[in-house]
Amino acid sequence: MSKIVLQTPISDADIESLSVGDIIYLDGHLVTARDDVHHRLLKQERALPVDLAGKAIFHAGPIMKKIQEKPGRYEVVSIGPTTSMRMEAYEKEFIRRTGLKLIVGKGGMGPQTTEGCRIYKAIHAVFPGGCAVLAATCVEDVESVEWLDLGMPEAMWILRVKEFGPLIVSIDTKGNNLFEKNRRAFEAQKDVVLEEICRHVDYFG
Amino acid sequence: MDRTQARNTFIDLIARFTDYSSKHLPDDVRTKLKELGDREDSQMAKIIYTAMFDDIKMADALNRPVCQDTGVIQYFVRVGTKFPLIDEIEDGLREAVKKATEIAPLRPNAVEVFDEKNTGNNVGTRIPWIDWEIMPNRDDVEIYCYMAGGGCSLPGTAKVLMPLEGYEGVVKFVFDQITSYGINACPPLLVGIGIAGSVEVAAKLSKKALLRPLGSHNSNPRGAELEARIEQGLNDLHIGPGGLSGRSSVMGVHIEQAARHPATIAVGLSTGCWAHRRALIRIDASMGYEVISHRGAKI
Repeated sequence: MSKIVLQTPISDADIESLSVGDIIYLDGHLVTARDDVHHRLLKQERALPVDLAGKAIFHAGPIMKKIQEKPGRYEVVSIGPTTSMRMEAYEKEFIRRTGLKLIVGKGGMGPQTTEGCRIYKAIHAVFPGGCAVLAATCVEDVESVEWLDLGMPEAMWILRVKEFGPLIVSIDTKGNNLFEKNRRAFEAQKDVVLEEICRHVDYFG
Repeated sequence: MDRTQARNTFIDLIARFTDYSSKHLPDDVRTKLKELGDREDSQMAKIIYTAMFDDIKMADALNRPVCQDTGVIQYFVRVGTKFPLIDEIEDGLREAVKKATEIAPLRPNAVEVFDEKNTGNNVGTRIPWIDWEIMPNRDDVEIYCYMAGGGCSLPGTAKVLMPLEGYEGVVKFVFDQITSYGINACPPLLVGIGIAGSVEVAAKLSKKALLRPLGSHNSNPRGAELEARIEQGLNDLHIGPGGLSGRSSVMGVHIEQAARHPATIAVGLSTGCWAHRRALIRIDASMGYEVISHRGAKI
């Protein structure tokens, strides 16, 4: 199987054929956007300083280091994904407003994001959680930073990446949600397991 | 060594120790991850474990934090009452965090409540968090550094149950949280459970349970058996690395307890992610040290 590499700007056609569980990589622009960026756009109604149409966002708060000899420029030290579920309440509207096509994060997202991905044609994919140095080595350049007043983790870092991955598609454009499917399986098994454990834990005299 | 010199040595040592613990997982965690990774047979689980091991290697080679979320720093201090620098520890730890944030570098994670400003240096109101235990008649100190990341702090919860909910209630409480919040918290997890009479004791014990080395057991035979049963049960859910399904779900389950009130069973839950950055150093009265969690570590 050949390696699937998405290139920004991403079109609807690029992602419509993808399904949950597919493994992909990204070339091009990836912009960090997490809690505070979502809050500023959707709660405080402030215009985003970066056009995200056709681009990819990364639920991530990196460790960045100033480059001494180039004032205002940064290099990435570590940049892994953060828990995507925190953005669940806002993501559908965020997709609609921005026209973004790929959300990279960690863990699953819920039914609202799944619906947003289906209606506005976008996907959510996970980068292996905690693998922050691995991710940093896929970043070619930190082009710029916006909203740095939010602090290093919450600012918008505009990155150029090369074969950024592996990214596991967790929500596709067809309404499928890999983590939701997994969660249902875990839940079903949970009842069986609990019943067995609970037969052994009556410690009362 | 005069007092100022000793203080500076202490700050420098803890800064380097904190820096080191962001970049290297403890021996027991590395061994456990290898064991769990070797047992996986699905392509998805193998890809995730490969990424994890690559990351651990690169962090070491490039001298960078294993995970970008270097957490809000917590120190669990067991101090001998005769430790000569006992008066300097609290302030020294705060200074060490500032220094570690610069030299590592660590991600600035301390956000002042109400002001909603990131302090930029990982020091803030009551942060680094310091937990104290006294060791009578000793002149050394043992300090755990724990990096409480956001992802693995998110599943944290505690509740006071009614006794007739029984230990069944405790077990159900744990499973409900792991199958919802836990799957997003970078499994394989270390699960810490506290059982006590009130909520803050249970919560604190659940975090202390995460400090125990993997493979250690609860001091009570029933407690040890319950740890094993919950561990087996969680693994039978096949949550897998990253929550993407696989053979195992957890690195371990640790329970710590305090005697409860007859009318309450409080349960607390804390989780540690696979990148469980827990380090332990022992410093003696003359500032000699040993990093217990990472054998042979040069810091």
